[in-house]
Amino acid sequence: MVCINCPMSCHLKVTLEDGQVKAVSGNTCPRGETYAIKELTNPTRMLTSTVNIKGAIHNGLPVITSGDIPKDKIFDVMKEITAAEVCAPVKINDVIIKDVCGLGVDIIASRSMEKVND
Amino acid sequence: MQDVVIIGAGIIGSFLAHDLSKYDLKVCVIDKENDVANETTMANSAIVHSGHDPKDDTLKAKLNLRGNEMYEDICKKLHVDFKRIGAYVVATNDEELEELSRLYEQSKRRNVPVRYVEREELVKNEPNISDIAIRAIDLPSTGIIYPWEVAIALMEVAVANGVDLHLGEEVTAIEKSENGYKVITSKGVIETKYVLNAAGVFADDIYRMVSDNVEFDITPRKGEYFVLDKLNQPLVNHILYPIPSQKGKGVLVLPTTHGNTLLGPSSDFVDDKKGINNTSDYLGYVRREVGKLVKNVPMDKVIRNFAGLRPTSSTHDFIIEEAKDAPNFINVAGIESPGLASAPAISEYVIETILKNKLALVKKSDAIDSLPPITDMKKLTEEERNAKIKEDPRYGHIICRCEQISEGEIVEAIHRNVGATSVKSIKKRVRPGMGRCQGGFCEPLVVEILARELAKQKNDIVYDDVESNVLVAKKGA
Amino acid sequence: MREVDVVVIGGGSAGLAAACKCKEEGIENVVVLERDKELGGILNQCIHNGFGLHTFNEELSGPAYAERFIDKAKALNVECKLNTMVTHISKDKVVEYVNPEEGYVRVQAKAIVLAMGCRERTRGAISIPGYRPVGVYNAGTAQRYLNMDGYLVGKRVFILGSGDIGLIMARRMTLEGAKVLGVAEIMPYSNGLARNMKQCLEDFDIPLYLSHTITNIEGKERVSGVTISEVDSNRNVVPGTEKHFDVDTLLLSVGLIPENSLTEEAEIEMNPVTKGAMVNESYETSIPGIFACGNVLHVHDLVDFVSAEGAKAGESAARYIREELKSAGGFNCKAKQNVSYVMPTRINVENVKDKVEFLFRVRVQARNATLNLYKDGELFRSIPKRHVAPAEMEKLIMKKSDLEGIKESFEIELVVD
Repeated sequence: MVCINCPMSCHLKVTLEDGQVKAVSGNTCPRGETYAIKELTNPTRMLTSTVNIKGAIHNGLPVITSGDIPKDKIFDVMKEITAAEVCAPVKINDVIIKDVCGLGVDIIASRSMEKVND
Repeated sequence: MQDVVIIGAGIIGSFLAHDLSKYDLKVCVIDKENDVANETTMANSAIVHSGHDPKDDTLKAKLNLRGNEMYEDICKKLHVDFKRIGAYVVATNDEELEELSRLYEQSKRRNVPVRYVEREELVKNEPNISDIAIRAIDLPSTGIIYPWEVAIALMEVAVANGVDLHLGEEVTAIEKSENGYKVITSKGVIETKYVLNAAGVFADDIYRMVSDNVEFDITPRKGEYFVLDKLNQPLVNHILYPIPSQKGKGVLVLPTTHGNTLLGPSSDFVDDKKGINNTSDYLGYVRREVGKLVKNVPMDKVIRNFAGLRPTSSTHDFIIEEAKDAPNFINVAGIESPGLASAPAISEYVIETILKNKLALVKKSDAIDSLPPITDMKKLTEEERNAKIKEDPRYGHIICRCEQISEGEIVEAIHRNVGATSVKSIKKRVRPGMGRCQGGFCEPLVVEILARELAKQKNDIVYDDVESNVLVAKKGA
Repeated sequence: MREVDVVVIGGGSAGLAAACKCKEEGIENVVVLERDKELGGILNQCIHNGFGLHTFNEELSGPAYAERFIDKAKALNVECKLNTMVTHISKDKVVEYVNPEEGYVRVQAKAIVLAMGCRERTRGAISIPGYRPVGVYNAGTAQRYLNMDGYLVGKRVFILGSGDIGLIMARRMTLEGAKVLGVAEIMPYSNGLARNMKQCLEDFDIPLYLSHTITNIEGKERVSGVTISEVDSNRNVVPGTEKHFDVDTLLLSVGLIPENSLTEEAEIEMNPVTKGAMVNESYETSIPGIFACGNVLHVHDLVDFVSAEGAKAGESAARYIREELKSAGGFNCKAKQNVSYVMPTRINVENVKDKVEFLFRVRVQARNATLNLYKDGELFRSIPKRHVAPAEMEKLIMKKSDLEGIKESFEIELVVD
């Protein structure tokens, strides 16, 4: 696998035994090892999208997960994001969806949007 | 019951509609396209040729000469740019020199203004002329226009004078009737006494709807082009023609009235009457041929390619006559180059030599000759601009940064009597999307303005034809 | 005519950083002219995260990154004019602009900062054969439609170019329910960050076709399909390698071009490689008092570098007004073997405070290469590089003392084993 922490893109060699990481090689810094273990045992991602917003400068409010979510939950979370709708004004970091899909992570606004008359 | 149905709203249909709108007649124009001037008129070399080139004793020769004379006045009335920048036909070897002198003599004989230009002067007037150029003839009466700007302005006058314009309506059959013809379309039936067939590459197909003895074929002959961005130093100051060949006038280099440069066309007979795709073979051909005329071509300034279809007839001349087996059905077909240059004369010829003998043509007393044009902020003085913005701030809101087009100008284009309903029709009228970003920045804003002004959802806005929605779905839908 | 100290053209990441820095340097009268209806520039549509690691030491979304600078500009009382298009700048620093409130206006600036950003290379610019139906979009335009307007441009998508915007849009459209059938890249390597390759393509099983390009676009009204073909090492299409995809959309992510029509009109000296202005160590162009920064100068991969460059240009504008800058003199900085360009292009050491940060791009992808630095043609220093790629901007910091004494030129070359 290729490490994605920096542009070096180190080619990592990971030895697995019973689904557990035994050894990581090929990395040039400790972040490579951490990444390899995480990616193979519990891959997670930050997710960004937009939520429909009324009365704002655009139709979409950019949002982001407040923390990593399991990679295989991305589409479940997207469903909730798509169903959500908010009204301006919104402040950056406002919680838009609390504890999304019961993952213990919130969907929060990643910018502020004022109310506009349009 | 219509007096005249014109099939086709290209440059020919538009001239016919405009000219006939001055008479006391019921006139209807039908086109399957969603806008006026959307096919061949939209994609050609945009030149009003001098008349030096067509063969003797052809309609092409006769009508080209007359058309060239007529354009200046017409464009002035219609408030459309027409620039007589002149053309050089350039010879690059001994064989071509011979042909050049033949063209010189032919032009003289036709009273087309012409003179020889030797290499020294050629280099002075055209610093980028190729090193192999030996001698040229100067044809100063040659001009440039944007053909669709002429067609749209003509159709606006026609509609203001009462012409009924049916866009997005395809003629599917024509039946002979007691008084003339029933034109059956995708939307209904239109009865008429006369039919003018100005259907461009489809003219033979339309003719076949009324005749079993169609004596000509129209074969689309494709031309591919490059468009260059506006340059700080012009590549050429004149239209540059190579020596013509069997295939036509050859690959040209010319400036446009809006300051772009056009390279092309190629020439390639195709089967598909909608086959306006670009091909790497013919684009490569244009690239190579251009090199024979000019050097230092900044190919990094290419902003667009396009291709157009010339309606080439099997008779090799314009076909402008009443159909032998279909009375009052008049073909105006095979209008390939110099069709644009001849267009006003073609309409005049149809009216004077054919319709006048059949119809009582009585001039309307209240017909108008022109409409005020869409505001062009670039042509106003600073004081006039600021007065306009004070009156309506949308004229101070620039939507297209490449061509510097304001929201006010776009809104005007939408609310004309032949109003823009699509992204492309706005582009044709006021030019957002014609520039170097090709609509990358302004298209979303144009879509927004169209949706607002036409009271539609954004995803109902089309780029061109009815199926060509810019946006396919609302997110999450 | 109104007189102002500094006019900043563009209220995106470069312009805002420049304007803020001017204010911090004590310049009173700073005006930002922004064509859009809000500040922040293209960041506002880049809703993905990963911005700001260098500037704020955290990963922000594009809009969140922009908001920090917008807030800062507000706090510093920077005058910002929205919906304002600059139509002309002159050599003597008269800026002409237009907006709905004031109409056409001219202001006399003491200094100008150019921060107009860039535009996407279009289909026309690369002459892709085929029909010209609706459904061929620049990736950034599709991004705007989706993230700001809330509409999808298509449901079955192919992408040409593995630049980061294309990769980001592959994921973004997939998340919104579109099917992305593949990404074609004409080069034998990806042009995007490894992270985007992984998280935007691999995560969603989107295939990447390296050494491939689009050879036909089908569909007369709407895109109905595309054909891709393999290219050889000279980027010529290999016949017989065609693959067809039924799609309704083709997104293009085939490069960015600095938006320099104003710069060219003012006859500022241009760099044919970057398509941006030639600038010196102070980010000053060939016209004293006119500065350039961000993507209008050269296309960056990281917004953090854009902001940093903006701040430098802003600081220089302030120094220019305080008459601390010497515009003439100095030596040239040049790209040698395997290096496409070096920024800045000229250095007057007298203007340098303590160091110069060079930004440059290499022409080849390589591991274990060597950077050689030459002063007046003589090898001065060699630096080993474990990894270089054309898609990644390189940074080189030189102390002022290392640059003193150079008469003619400073050159950078890359040697690959």
